[in-house]
Amino acid sequence: MSLRPFGLLRGFALIPLAALLSGCNLVVMQPAGDIALRQRDLILVSTGLMLLIIIPVIALTFLFAWRYRQSNTDAPYDPDWHHSTQLEVVIWAAPLVIIIALGAITWISTHTLDPFRPLSRIDSSRPLPEGVKPLTVEVVALDWKWLFFYPEQGIATVNELAAPVDRPISFKITSSSIMNSFYIPALAGQIYAMPGMETQLHAVINKAGTYEGFSANYSGSGFSRMNFRFLGVSNTEFDAWVAKAKSEGKALSRQDYLALEKPSEREPVRYFSAVDNGLYTSILNMCAVPGKMCMNEMMHIDAMGGAGKDSHENRERLEYDNRHAVAGDEAQAATAPASGRPARSEVKPEGVTSGGPEPSRGHESHGDHATPGMKHDGPAPVQLNQ
Amino acid sequence: MFSNLDLQKLVFGRLTLEAIPYHEPILLITFAAVAVGGLAVLGALTYFRLWGYLWREWLTSVDHKKIGIMYVILALVMLMRGFADALMMRAQQAMAFGPEEGYLPPHHYDQIFTAHGVIMIFFVAMPLVTGLMNFVVPLQIGARDVAFPFLNNFSFWMTVSGALTVMLSLFVGEFARTGWLAYPPLSGPAGSPGVGVDYYIWSLQIAGIGTLLSGINLIATIVKMRAPGMGMMKMPIFTWTALCTNILIVAAFPILTAVLVLLSLDRYVGTHFFSNDLGGNPMMYVNLIWIWGHPEVYILILPAFGVFSEIVSTFSSKRLFGYASMVYATVVITILSYLVWLHHFFTMGSGASVNSFFGITTMIISIPTGAKIFNWLFTMYRGRIRFEVPMLWTVGFMVTFVIGGMTGVLLAVPPADFVLHNSLFLIAHFHNVIIGGVLFGMLAGITYWFPKAFGYKLDPFWGKMSFWFWLTGFWVAFMPLYVLGLMGVTRRLNHFDDPSLQIWFVIAAFGAVLILFGILSFIMTLVVSFVKREELRDVTGDPWGGRTLEWSTSSPPPDYNFAFTPMVHDGDAWWDMKRRGYSRPLKGFRPIHMPSNTGTGVILGMISIVFSFAMIWYIWWLAAATFVAMLVVTIAHTFNYNRDFYIPAEAVVGAENKRTKMLAGHV
Repeated sequence: MSLRPFGLLRGFALIPLAALLSGCNLVVMQPAGDIALRQRDLILVSTGLMLLIIIPVIALTFLFAWRYRQSNTDAPYDPDWHHSTQLEVVIWAAPLVIIIALGAITWISTHTLDPFRPLSRIDSSRPLPEGVKPLTVEVVALDWKWLFFYPEQGIATVNELAAPVDRPISFKITSSSIMNSFYIPALAGQIYAMPGMETQLHAVINKAGTYEGFSANYSGSGFSRMNFRFLGVSNTEFDAWVAKAKSEGKALSRQDYLALEKPSEREPVRYFSAVDNGLYTSILNMCAVPGKMCMNEMMHIDAMGGAGKDSHENRERLEYDNRHAVAGDEAQAATAPASGRPARSEVKPEGVTSGGPEPSRGHESHGDHATPGMKHDGPAPVQLNQ
Repeated sequence: MFSNLDLQKLVFGRLTLEAIPYHEPILLITFAAVAVGGLAVLGALTYFRLWGYLWREWLTSVDHKKIGIMYVILALVMLMRGFADALMMRAQQAMAFGPEEGYLPPHHYDQIFTAHGVIMIFFVAMPLVTGLMNFVVPLQIGARDVAFPFLNNFSFWMTVSGALTVMLSLFVGEFARTGWLAYPPLSGPAGSPGVGVDYYIWSLQIAGIGTLLSGINLIATIVKMRAPGMGMMKMPIFTWTALCTNILIVAAFPILTAVLVLLSLDRYVGTHFFSNDLGGNPMMYVNLIWIWGHPEVYILILPAFGVFSEIVSTFSSKRLFGYASMVYATVVITILSYLVWLHHFFTMGSGASVNSFFGITTMIISIPTGAKIFNWLFTMYRGRIRFEVPMLWTVGFMVTFVIGGMTGVLLAVPPADFVLHNSLFLIAHFHNVIIGGVLFGMLAGITYWFPKAFGYKLDPFWGKMSFWFWLTGFWVAFMPLYVLGLMGVTRRLNHFDDPSLQIWFVIAAFGAVLILFGILSFIMTLVVSFVKREELRDVTGDPWGGRTLEWSTSSPPPDYNFAFTPMVHDGDAWWDMKRRGYSRPLKGFRPIHMPSNTGTGVILGMISIVFSFAMIWYIWWLAAATFVAMLVVTIAHTFNYNRDFYIPAEAVVGAENKRTKMLAGHV
């Protein structure tokens, strides 16, 4: 879809915004990827369309409030005037016209900017050349860090993502335990990352640079520091980056993944030179823990008519959510008494580290929070919910 | 520590001394303040021998006016708590940059934003709306009470129980750390073990029962108890919006109850409705909670629209423009509010056609809403506008709300939502409509109907102070959040790395302080007006030149509201009566049939607090005992035959003569 016909409107909407906001980094308004740029344009066009009605309404409110104030006896007073068919038609038709326009834009843009839809252009002036294969990245939201697999390159990284400029990227996104949202404002809009499910995002970065990425859906204690860096680099720099990962990193085995998956925050950037075969698929199917049955396996059994009475034998192999509790790790949003901390203590939840100097809190007497019956360095007590 | 731990578990469930946060200074001070304040109130009640009065005249009252007032008091008290949470969040976000971590550790901060949302929606906005409807609707339709007076009292006490359960989590245990809608898997047994989410579930379940029953009650009242002559298209607009809101309540709250029951089953007995494994799916929860959650937004805003409609026409001394289109707009919003829930999660991966369907239905709601705005505008046109405090709130609302409406429609465009979803832009949007719409509406309504409830007007000076502080405070607190949203800052963060953001958070915190002054000014309004009540006295019963029936009776109205049921010939019934030279009947009074007070509601409410406490802490024997107790009290109440009485004709004559004297003295 071309938004050209609305160029004037866009300009109209830009004036107040630009005046107000010059001087701060409005990444949503100045993105570096084509998808985010088109989403930005959509925001401006929609705002412009709506201001066509909002500005007159606000102006009329002030005008009428002033003109028909009680002390202004010059203004006409018509206490029984309460109906006008012509006016009613305008009142309903004006918003209707705006919404018809906006609805049409919505229908078209929602389809063209669907995150599941492969890209058809690199930017507004360059259509996608024939035969360009997108870079595939498999994204896993872990408790409070991001794991990126590069299946073509055979590498994996933690909290750092890189992609060549102007090459379409195809993200496949899942999560290990809690719903998160994968969002790089400079690149494209967000999409949820959910355990046992895969969402997709197609995007392209048009300007080299280092950008912020993060989770945009609250996921427990360490959520605030669930950031990563996104590097938009040239092709040669990308190859060098891959080579660096291969030379600096070690291999990511299933055991390493299980250690990595434990709740932790502020994880440093890490590279893995190689990845166990099928690790992403087993994370997606919730069977990275040895001995567990993969969801796709179960779905296959069900599709073949189910295992009948023998199904219960698979039950334990399908239990997944309890793995942190079984391992003795604290749950993501545990509260007293199950958290193993006394209620509202300042002891940080497990996995939430306090880097740097401990900020002064003003009351030293609570120093180590030694509370009888509670261990802080060990695992949390058996989950009291069962 | 204990020689027999099993016995301890049997008696106290999972409740231990550790559950009481005696080591937390903020809470210790809060608790001390609450305890001292509570003791002072209790002491004063005892000293002035007010217990009997309180019990007979208020707690056990089935009078819709008193219950409405009690709802509003509950809401204002809870507003203090919810606003304290807001101030704490604003302070944390203004401080926690780079090496500075702020003063709230994550698990405390997470409880605060959850509690803020839950309290502001369920225990501030809802009681304000319900309270106002309870007080005003029977008076507007010329009825003597609601259809089911005892049910009304019971509903109120269930709401109080829910609120008290939330407050209990402050001092015993912890509150949920999940966000105000408690999305699984985070809120499931694996993500949130402990009592937090259980406090959330039980407080909402109990309060939800109250809300649902009060919805049924008001629908029956509006449908069956209108004064003769008041056809549906002659009902005051506030009553219309109350009807639509209560229909929404009755249709939507059972969904909330059901989804919370499913979540409880996951947490208590190990089912897998919303878990990741064993066939569960969290996406079902997200859908269900928003099928309740979106109508809830309209449950709150429709009565506010009703309030503004009454005020704008009263203070413009002019008939409301486009009554019929106002009614149709309300009904259309009611229906459409069920067709938009998916816009809360466009980013969950639905297909483009599904997303655009829900985006467009959302935009369509802005058409009737826009029509309403125009109707208010053209009511002001060629009016004689008196800028008293309620009218100031209305104009403030019109200017503020349209901005919130605009950003709302913007968020309804799915690709725009992909970049703005969950950001501070979203936070700014919904505070823009909830503060600028619901809260302004409720404060306007309180100021407008206060003289009806208490017999004297609110002091205009402090009322204006409150208005201006709220209005500027709102703009200063939330415009920075719009900007931060465009800078890509997401919600619920307790720490930031980028120091360039700090200035915006500092501005927002300053705005919150302005709002604090708004709240304090409102309290001042109440205090000053009480002191100056003789000066501000309303002897006519019609202090604003009102148009609807509630202004035809005395301020405050007698227990029976109307000595004679009014006959209605026009939409603005009282305006019409005044114009035709209505003269108040002075004789021919008859005994009036009224419902009797009962303590059952209070008793059931208090037992249900103990019940939910027992369920939360796994004290099974106590849960069973209190559950049985609730059943017993309920059944025993059905044997109470002392349910009604007659106000003797002499008493009515006495009350009406007093009013006659008062009116004569005034003239």
